[in-house]
Amino acid sequence: MSFELPKLQYAYDALEPVIDARTMEIHHTKHHGAYTTNLNAAIQGTELEGQSIEELMAGISKASVAVRNNGGGYYNHCLFWEVMTPGGAKAPKGELEKAINDSFGSFDKFKEAFTKAAATRFGSGWAWLVKQGDSLVVSSTPNQDNPLMDVAEVQGTPILGLDVWEHAYYLNYQNRRPDYISSFYDVINWDEVAKRFKG
Amino acid sequence: MSFELPALPYAKNALEPYISEKTLDFHYGKHHNAYVTNLNNLVPGTEFENADLETIVKKAEGGIFNNGAQVWNHTFYFFQFSATPVTEPTGALKAAIDASFGSFDAFKEAFSKAAATLFGSGWAWLVKDAAGKLSIVQTSNAACPLRDGLTPLMTCDVWEHAYYLDKQNLRPKYIEDFFKVLDWKVVESRF
Repeated sequence: MSFELPKLQYAYDALEPVIDARTMEIHHTKHHGAYTTNLNAAIQGTELEGQSIEELMAGISKASVAVRNNGGGYYNHCLFWEVMTPGGAKAPKGELEKAINDSFGSFDKFKEAFTKAAATRFGSGWAWLVKQGDSLVVSSTPNQDNPLMDVAEVQGTPILGLDVWEHAYYLNYQNRRPDYISSFYDVINWDEVAKRFKG
Repeated sequence: MSFELPALPYAKNALEPYISEKTLDFHYGKHHNAYVTNLNNLVPGTEFENADLETIVKKAEGGIFNNGAQVWNHTFYFFQFSATPVTEPTGALKAAIDASFGSFDAFKEAFSKAAATLFGSGWAWLVKDAAGKLSIVQTSNAACPLRDGLTPLMTCDVWEHAYYLDKQNLRPKYIEDFFKVLDWKVVESRF
């Protein structure tokens, strides 16, 4: 079975003005589309064919660079589309809110740490909110690596991710990555993040 | 020592339609400029306070390296373009390219592939080693072949900010257009 580019649960213009429709369309169809195609090509006919994306990530140290780059790109973008929404909960609630407070001190302290991780990732990469047991940590990874990979410095279950490759924001924000990061908080789907936290 | 953003040797619209004025506005006016500003903010009080840029590229780590090398890389990149470029190497450089790659076309193909396949942010370079032999190298993020004792002759910036406004995801198209404004006269002077 090969991996498929997932359909978005909202229209390309649904996240405007935070993320413009043109960026969404190119990002989804071209970038995510290419990772999907290239991942399928990289595993076809190998012993990795048939593994779930999570299994691939967990054993990535033994896979080829093409599987690491494209598998990471495939997984990361699937998560990214799902943790955003034009409506829905605007702040974490319940158990997730408690875990954020316990782990970071407050929601604002979490935002500060996550913003810093996203802003200071030099080059291309991602910022993450990662579940480790009952607690949460913030991390960042280069290129298309992620916390599910057995090569990641900080390993765990990613429950929120922000793409800071320039392709994620350049048409709308150009060099102003900090503006992109601060706007991202307006479209986070905290219900989805909470679902991922519960596991 | 304070570092300065060097003035471009051509107008911002000189590389149109291959590299747009808007791209240069951001790439040179914002990105390159920010690396200069950041470097100037980072070096005071460090061992690099009075170092020249090459020393920083060769010896520094962390933020000083990232910003210093990006200043060097971008100056090196911007200064190799011209509105009226010599589009093919001649003389000794042509002979060296033929000797190392077989032909100019074979070199272009190999260089374009290196630039297209560098994953993430980085650079593709044509370099000369101590023995005078030419090769193509890829570097990630700010990394610069000067640090490895190589002499860079020309480079293609494949950070997405170098081409995204003009070409979006079509990096190979950017690389093809890159060669239309690359001035081999400048590359020859570095050789």
